Amino acid sequence: MTVRAVESWTLQPLTDYVHEAGARLVLLMTPAGQVLAQFGFTRAVDVMAAAALGAAIMATTTELARQLGQPPFAALNHQGQRHGIFLSGLTTGRGALVVLAVYDLDVSSLGLVQLFFEQLVTDLRAGSPREGVPKQVLAADFERELNESLSTLFGR
Amino acid sequence: MTAASFAQALDQITRVPGVRGAMLVAGDDGLVVAEHLMEGIRGPAVAALAASLATRLRRAMQAAGTGAGHFWQLLCERGGLLVVPGASGILVVAITAPDVNAGLVRLELLRAAEAVG
Repeated sequence: MTVRAVESWTLQPLTDYVHEAGARLVLLMTPAGQVLAQFGFTRAVDVMAAAALGAAIMATTTELARQLGQPPFAALNHQGQRHGIFLSGLTTGRGALVVLAVYDLDVSSLGLVQLFFEQLVTDLRAGSPREGVPKQVLAADFERELNESLSTLFGR
Repeated sequence: MTAASFAQALDQITRVPGVRGAMLVAGDDGLVVAEHLMEGIRGPAVAALAASLATRLRRAMQAAGTGAGHFWQLLCERGGLLVVPGASGILVVAITAPDVNAGLVRLELLRAAEAVG
């Protein structure tokens, strides 16, 4: 299984992260849930659901932090019996991004996922393009762009 | 156990000449529980990687039918890593100079592992 990326500058940093941290699933997305790259997902519907839920969690915790008068939380980790979920925001020249990583507790650990996340942030910052003028998204283009992105993310 | 008793356990290890730092690491998560390190040692990185190595070594020992490991030591060009797994899953880790008295460090690691449970 390989990393699939809509924006090519994310490919190498994410590939390195997946291998070093031993992650099972990874999504790199904007805080709005637009996916830039993915690893490990086999169905588009799963990517869309995970992106929407991850973005919603980020929005919720950011608002909670705001209400507490704190800066946004750095990262969130949730561990189950066999898997852990790690969700964290980062800033790059491309703007704010969110990483959602799912890892097997048998293969990896929170320590490894966090450790290599720091390297991922460094690599993404180094490789990211400068944020340009936001492109206006038209309703007519939205579905086509979404389909193109999903095709890229699943190699179709 | 309290934070003070963790610190005391680590303090005994770092008193051994040649020990550059000692840590208690959550074996499952690879996170630092307590640390007493010289400047320049990246505690979280050592903790994550040592815990990962400990997990793999444990599996290798199980596969080889040798039972649980009690102590392991990695010798490198400019230092060493000595680890004793505690009963509760906590790893007691020492980072040392290459010419350290490994027997003495091992003794202190075993004492600390017994103290932290």
